[in-house]
Amino acid sequence: MKSLEELRAIRAKMQGRVGVRAENEKQTRVVVGMATCGIASGARPVLTALSDAVQEQGLSDKINVTQTGCIGLCQYEPIVEVMAPGKEKVTYVKMTPEKALEVLRLHLLGGQVVTKYTLSAAQEKAE
Amino acid sequence: MMPEISLNILDVAENSIRAQASFVEIEVDVQPAQDILAVTVSDNGQGMTAEEAAHAEDPFFTTRTTRKVGLGIPFFRQAAVSTGGSFQIDSEKGKGTTVKAVFGLSHIDRMPLGDISSVIHTLVIFNEHIRFRYTYRFEEKSFALDTREVREILGDGISLREPEVSAFIKEYLESGKTDTDGGADI
Repeated sequence: MKSLEELRAIRAKMQGRVGVRAENEKQTRVVVGMATCGIASGARPVLTALSDAVQEQGLSDKINVTQTGCIGLCQYEPIVEVMAPGKEKVTYVKMTPEKALEVLRLHLLGGQVVTKYTLSAAQEKAE
Repeated sequence: MMPEISLNILDVAENSIRAQASFVEIEVDVQPAQDILAVTVSDNGQGMTAEEAAHAEDPFFTTRTTRKVGLGIPFFRQAAVSTGGSFQIDSEKGKGTTVKAVFGLSHIDRMPLGDISSVIHTLVIFNEHIRFRYTYRFEEKSFALDTREVREILGDGISLREPEVSAFIKEYLESGKTDTDGGADI
């Protein structure tokens, strides 16, 4: 079993390197719905995939992945909302870890909204 | 319906978070000899009045305004009761809430425990302002993660979301579980 004491080594290694990253208004917020509806339709792996990718690629200064409760669009869960400063909110629906990583690559890094996964695309299809 | 017990735990713990708890305790207790799997989630959040608590198991009762049905507790209850187990909510306004679900371990309808280590990791990492204590027990063995201890060692300046810390917590949870249940398929 691992011992919590290993955290001391991690702490020593990180000392002075970083402070707690404060949220700032230049960050893009990525919000995953994690109420019953979201969890039941698979939001937890989506949240993990996004958060792991952001950390692995060293993007935590630019992108802040968080969770929220029920957004009120349960039939479209898992939902990921992207809120970039100065831009309109984009709502992605029926996410999977794979689709979420595509959103990270194309939208968050590439600047192009992945239209086919958005709420408006899903609503058009439903009509 | 949730496909795994661990997702029910996540869901109920999210209720604790919304109830402004500052401390959430989660226990998973697997006892093959007694053929039970018991889950307890308790918090020091705002709690419920007797009337609210009585209603919490009713899917058409909810205090939120984004939608009219609340299925979290009914899902959890159904999952436990359908395995010959039991389900209980104890709550006191201003004090907190305890939810306890007992499953029949070998019952054919018992859903798998699922990826409990990832669920606890998600809860701990994404809710840094809340302290968690998680205990996993299998037969006589057990292990625990208490984020108050983690915070004590780390000090205040280092976020649990730092990649090194997050990865350590994940590994701690996974290795602790394997050491406790010997990798049993639960």
